[in-house]
Amino acid sequence: MSLFLRDYLNVVWFGIAALAVGGLLLGLAAAIRPSKPNYDKSLAYESGVDPVGMGWSQSQIRYYVFALLFVIFDVEAVFLFPWAASAERYGTFGLVAMLVFIVLLLDGLVYAWKRGLLRWV
Amino acid sequence: MLAQLAAEFPDFWPEWSIPYWLMSILRVVGGLVAVLLPAGGIVYLFLFKMMSFMQSRLGPMEAGPYGSMQLLAEVGKWMQKEDLAPENADLRIYRMAPLIVLVSTFLLIVVVPFGPQAWFTNFETGIFYALAVGSVSVLGILIAGWSSANKYSLLGGLRAGGQLIAYELPMVLATLGVVIQAESMNLNRIIEVQNTGEIFGIGWFGNPFIITQFVGFLIFMIAVQAELTQAPFDMPIAESELVSGYMTEYSGFRFLIFFIAEFATAGVFSFIAAALFLGGWGVPFEWFGWDNLGDVAWWMNFVGPVIMFTKMFALVGVIMWVRFSYPRFREDQLQTFAWKVLIPLALANTAVTAILKVVL
Repeated sequence: MSLFLRDYLNVVWFGIAALAVGGLLLGLAAAIRPSKPNYDKSLAYESGVDPVGMGWSQSQIRYYVFALLFVIFDVEAVFLFPWAASAERYGTFGLVAMLVFIVLLLDGLVYAWKRGLLRWV
Repeated sequence: MLAQLAAEFPDFWPEWSIPYWLMSILRVVGGLVAVLLPAGGIVYLFLFKMMSFMQSRLGPMEAGPYGSMQLLAEVGKWMQKEDLAPENADLRIYRMAPLIVLVSTFLLIVVVPFGPQAWFTNFETGIFYALAVGSVSVLGILIAGWSSANKYSLLGGLRAGGQLIAYELPMVLATLGVVIQAESMNLNRIIEVQNTGEIFGIGWFGNPFIITQFVGFLIFMIAVQAELTQAPFDMPIAESELVSGYMTEYSGFRFLIFFIAEFATAGVFSFIAAALFLGGWGVPFEWFGWDNLGDVAWWMNFVGPVIMFTKMFALVGVIMWVRFSYPRFREDQLQTFAWKVLIPLALANTAVTAILKVVL
């Protein structure tokens, strides 16, 4: 296995360690804690009154525009990082190209702003 | 195979090195310390004591000297609490959610270097990996909010989702300035550049990027505050509106795991901020006559973690100071601030840094 993959293998060990620690503590707690379930305990909490309707109620989704914008700008970041890591080597040409790219995306943000999409209705 | 690796990569696999399995165990133990020690320290120092003193009270005093054993007492208490779940909850993923949040914290600590050789992984794309993995916790929070089958939880989870993606971007863009200056995404390399650099010929204190990237540092810390959902960005768990947001239905140890993960993540993000902007584990290399990373003396592997922990506690202290001092934003102000102020500012910072880097 190459050193490159070996480094990423450490990530797997850490993930397993986290699950082991969490599992161990939860298991320990499961051995100690009492368990006397009844109907009132299993009701959804609504500040003391009986719950009205389902918990998964419909609510207005205001996030989809933000989610779309997020995808656009996150992808932009993916393109910016390789250039940023060697900005000096790409020189003036790379700089101008990337500035054009940034300005174009900024233009997208300004467009969304002008359309009033960034307002929390 | 080890001998071959040692011959090929003398820097990464030196002669004195120990077998891979032992190294892995050491790393995992080190990782546990680096996650749990900050979590406990932050809760005791800042949440129990600093907040109490700021509010003219003493805080916990009974358990141990000055209440220092309070945390153990709390763990013992939470362990005995019954594990409740609402009857309509989606049980399997309801129980999984806290673990997902905890795993994301552990995956994040992997990139933090604590010394010239004292690292868990030495990714070439270290900071990029950190930003990618940092957003996994959103999934755990959304899952917790949805699976609880509770209106408060659902609203809290959705708010957390909207907030975390909005502040992810300023954070990513703020690190771009650092990457441009250091010309690398490897955190150890970024630290090396800061400790060997100089500002206009003055080099006795290196070039910690907090000076040249001050705007980036500010944006990064504000984004960290929001990512950790600490006040004034704590709408997802706003107790006066949503009881406890996505954590409302959790009790006993599952709640405690959310709680531990929150403060452990505060520690890890502060570690990363220290590595990016404050010079990380290093002291200016000039003081000891080191030229580059390979020259650094072996004892920095033991002094480095101490320096890192000091810087981490200082940064968390600032985060908590802000948390205890400011009232909560309104939800629309939160989104507006991210999209109309921080993101354009971060993009401008990137552009200016790049222009100066190429021109100078």
